[in-house]
Amino acid sequence: MTNDALVAIDHVTFGYDQRVILSDVSMVFPRGRVIAIMGGSGCGKTTLLRLIGGVLTPQRGTVTFDGAPVDPRNGESLFALRRRLGMLFQFGALFTDLTVFDNVAFPLREHTRLPEEMIRDLVLMKLNAVGLRGAAQLKPADLSGGMARRVALARAIALDPDLIMYDEPFAGLDPISLGVAANLIRRLNDATGATSLVVSHDVHECFLISDYVYVISGGRIVGHGTPAEVQASDDPEVRQFILGEPDGPVKFHYPARTYAEDLGLRA
Amino acid sequence: MTATEFLPTLGRRALEVLRGLGHSAFFFVELVKNVPAALGRPHLTAAQVHAIGNYSLVIIAASGLAVGFVLALQGYYTLSRYGAAESLGLLVALSLVRELGPVVTGLLYAGRAGTSLTAEIGLMKAGEQLAAMEMMAVDPKSRVLAPRFVAGVIAMPLLAAIFSAVGILGGYVVGVQMIGIDPGAFWSQMQSGVDVWDDVGNGIIKSVVFGIACTFVALYQGYEAQATPEGVAQATTRTVVISSLAVLGLDFVLTALMFSTPG
Repeated sequence: MTNDALVAIDHVTFGYDQRVILSDVSMVFPRGRVIAIMGGSGCGKTTLLRLIGGVLTPQRGTVTFDGAPVDPRNGESLFALRRRLGMLFQFGALFTDLTVFDNVAFPLREHTRLPEEMIRDLVLMKLNAVGLRGAAQLKPADLSGGMARRVALARAIALDPDLIMYDEPFAGLDPISLGVAANLIRRLNDATGATSLVVSHDVHECFLISDYVYVISGGRIVGHGTPAEVQASDDPEVRQFILGEPDGPVKFHYPARTYAEDLGLRA
Repeated sequence: MTATEFLPTLGRRALEVLRGLGHSAFFFVELVKNVPAALGRPHLTAAQVHAIGNYSLVIIAASGLAVGFVLALQGYYTLSRYGAAESLGLLVALSLVRELGPVVTGLLYAGRAGTSLTAEIGLMKAGEQLAAMEMMAVDPKSRVLAPRFVAGVIAMPLLAAIFSAVGILGGYVVGVQMIGIDPGAFWSQMQSGVDVWDDVGNGIIKSVVFGIACTFVALYQGYEAQATPEGVAQATTRTVVISSLAVLGLDFVLTALMFSTPG
């Protein structure tokens, strides 16, 4: 592990019952960078975020955050770790009974004893950073998908975390919202000096904003490098993923008996 | 099914039931452990007392009034046969305070507030709100569940008291205003015959126990609901069924303990 690594995943294996999700995966996330973890649906990308956040425990291998192992069984250290994390959930996961303002103020009110005037200023600054200062008094139900994602981002950075994790930040967004989201991820990362981890299958946007890319398929890393290096990769699985080819090493058809057998035809 | 198949199936089912009971017991202990945290943030609990209690007032008051009306009519019909129609006030008050107030409030609470708690927590889970809270190093049991639990335990006896009070007024309207029983006899028999500790006190204890049971069931079902529309729907149904049975079962046990030796 290099010294400037904020998070290191060392030979991690994880699965449910007989199903292996991640198999002997090792990754290093250096400080201050935007790292993209890409791969098809169900390849284990979100599981990685859950392992880093201490929601799940690896069956083998270790996850370390700033040099200390992530241990879901140790409540206190997990609590301390999560205070240094910001996570953007796929659909925002905003608290629907609170206004936009109160959503962003939530972590500040829970974890600090700041006076209400200071919380107000901080929340408005965070909302301004995502362009939604004017929406402070709206309820989550009044927001579009893209706006909700931006409010969730403001909430995720409320405590100025060291690591911001994005779970599919581009899923289901229109082109304008998508461009806004991608731009925000890069800009916030550079402005706050945090490390950003973007889990996504959006090839174009990820290549545009990330410093380093990991491509996962079938629970293992099939390619990694700078966006240019990954784009130039001749690995068939990486090529199939970034070119969006329907068939290749990842099969179009789910494993089944032969078509002729299923239709009752005999040769 | 042969005996060799039946026995392992029975054993598996029994283990599942025991595992479920153990799991819910652990959940209950966790919930109780977080009660001091909820009491330390009274504004969270107060907001829930408002949501659970205040919004249940109309249905509780309307049901109490209707039950009071019917109790007076039925009571008068029976008592007048024995020339004891003046005891109607006592009959209505004892029926409500000792039995109908806590039990019917418990059943209505399960249907009105319990379902709303289960659906709210279940949908929070489905929308990843609880997971988001955990990732923000905020324990949902302490921030979301415990204030609702405390609020339910506070709201239930208050609602039961309102149910009984409105029911007695209903009995008064039918018995005194409509049938013409002497108002002095109606109130004085009630006053001398209802004991503060044995009748009112035990009724309050019942409603506190029902408050604990119904709120716990509602929160547990919501928290453990499958994060799908179908899962939340099933959890809401289970809340009503289990809470109602719990109220009726606990009522029998508590009544047997409290009133088995009339003094």
